[in-house]
Amino acid sequence: MSIEVRNLSKQFGTFAALRDVSLEVHSGELLALLGPSGSGKTTLLRVIAGLDVADAGQVLFQGEDATDQHVRERQVGFVFQHYALFRNMTIFENVAFGLRVRPKNVRPPDAEIRDRVHDLLKLVQLDWLAERYPHQLSGGQRQRIALARALAVEPKVLLLDEPFGALDAKVRKELRSWLRRLHDDMHITSVFVTHDQEEALEVADRVVVMNGGRIEQVGTPDEVYENPASPFVYEFLGNVNLFHSRLHRGRAWIDGIEVDAPEHAEAEELAATAYVRPHDIEVDRVAKDEAALAARVTHVLSVGPIVRLELIREDSKDKNPIQVEISKERFRELQLVRGDQVFIKPRRFDLFPNQIH
Amino acid sequence: MNATNLPATSRMRRPRATQEPAWVRWTLIGLALAFLTLFLFVPLILVFYEALKKGADVYFAAIIEPDALSAIRLTLTVAAIAVPLNLIFGIAAAWAIAKFEFRGKSLLITLIDLPFSVSPVVSGLIYVLIFGLQGWLGPWLAEHDIQVIFAVSGIVLATVFVTVPFIARELIPLMQAQGTEEEEAAVALGANGWQTFSRVTLPNIKWGLLYGTILCNARAMGEFGAVSVVSGHIRGSTNTLPLHVEILYNEYNFAAAFAVASLLALLALVTLALKTVVESRITQHKENANEHRGA
Repeated sequence: MSIEVRNLSKQFGTFAALRDVSLEVHSGELLALLGPSGSGKTTLLRVIAGLDVADAGQVLFQGEDATDQHVRERQVGFVFQHYALFRNMTIFENVAFGLRVRPKNVRPPDAEIRDRVHDLLKLVQLDWLAERYPHQLSGGQRQRIALARALAVEPKVLLLDEPFGALDAKVRKELRSWLRRLHDDMHITSVFVTHDQEEALEVADRVVVMNGGRIEQVGTPDEVYENPASPFVYEFLGNVNLFHSRLHRGRAWIDGIEVDAPEHAEAEELAATAYVRPHDIEVDRVAKDEAALAARVTHVLSVGPIVRLELIREDSKDKNPIQVEISKERFRELQLVRGDQVFIKPRRFDLFPNQIH
Repeated sequence: MNATNLPATSRMRRPRATQEPAWVRWTLIGLALAFLTLFLFVPLILVFYEALKKGADVYFAAIIEPDALSAIRLTLTVAAIAVPLNLIFGIAAAWAIAKFEFRGKSLLITLIDLPFSVSPVVSGLIYVLIFGLQGWLGPWLAEHDIQVIFAVSGIVLATVFVTVPFIARELIPLMQAQGTEEEEAAVALGANGWQTFSRVTLPNIKWGLLYGTILCNARAMGEFGAVSVVSGHIRGSTNTLPLHVEILYNEYNFAAAFAVASLLALLALVTLALKTVVESRITQHKENANEHRGA
């Protein structure tokens, strides 16, 4: 089932959690809402679920207006960050809850509930825990039970609020790929909230980057990583180097290096910032042309296939260190050690005019 | 590895860095014990000693005497009305305060605490000022032949007022700590309001609720000040157990006074025992809950 939200706004006191947010979630996709805390991602998820009500805007399920529908009627599966398992019930009863509370005429008979619950427990590979209580389970196990409980009512959409946020790194990684596989098997429209860019890029079909109650960019993991639409997305997704720049009539000067900037043809003497990923910087022993910056190696981290260098520019006022990533082969060719002088040149970059405050 | 290989010092009892010297510890423990003996144990034993001093016959005669029986009946009746009322109010108030955001929430919390901060005698007087013959509603009540002051209804009102905080106060922090996620999960799974309350909320607060009810009941049966003002001390009619004790004592009928008082003391002991049991269950419950939270 597809989900659409239109022009959602939500205010908590003086804090604007959502500002005019519109978004479409395609049927069967796994979508990540990614952003720092306070960006409105959890609020958006809760509004979609019906746990929070927006001040303005609409929520549509499969094209039908669900804005005024109660959570109970929306048929969404919701998974909480802290699991929210019913502490007074066994794992079995937790999963069975959604079926047991159905009105008599649509409630499946006990035998069927039992079968369904056991099938779900098998699906999450925790069948052997049926008679335990939530407090006897580990965090990862609880989160899988929470997922089984949400799936028991056969929801049309699955909403997960920072599902792996409370887990340690290893369990997190395991559950992440497990969720991906589960989604590939079930194809249920799913939205999950996360502040972990790696998690979003690795698991989701599409990523929605949020900031300050607005959507900054929507796209596949590749799109948002390779072509960030704003400085915020650049900085939030992965490491990036900033260079002071100037724009003038289709030309740009990145820390003094002159380059073409055809998309800024109208710019007149505009201060800007160039965003360059660490692997998009060329490093050389000698300056091949004038368009290179002299820098000195201050740190070398050569563990793994990628070598990370930290450089300080020599003839620039900007003394912020520059992060560079080069391949092991290139590193062997250059034979760099700390203190060496090198010349660097941005290979790919994006220019964003500085915001005037 | 053999135990004898361990260095000798590790097996010697050494004072820990945070431990006070023995004499400080024993002085403090001794002081606390002396205080408890003087102010709690001695009076408690004395009540039973005085009550039984003239023999079991006098003791039981004082209890099954009609006025005493009437006082027992009235006390039980008042508690039977006041406790359920505050049970409902306490759950409703705690539910509202812990699970919802609304205007005037802090005012409501303050109001619930009011009976704790006001002297019971003053609470009783408030009812006299409202419902008494010279009070605001006095003439209207007299016209309709309804008696509140110097009647059972007045005693119930005063008792309800005094015991308002017990259950709500117990539940509010408990429910606040538990948050609203489990309820949200229940509703998202399709449960209606009553199912959510009876299957999720209530089981989670049952021990706290029982604890509050026990305290509420003890206070309802033992209340003296507020009830004394509104009751009028009519023997066999508006006398509760504490008031009956006072009357007997004032009449120098010490044996009977202590006999009846021993009933209240027994109530206190039973309450204490129940409280201990319930408290241990709550601690257990909390430990589970903590384990449940942290992962």
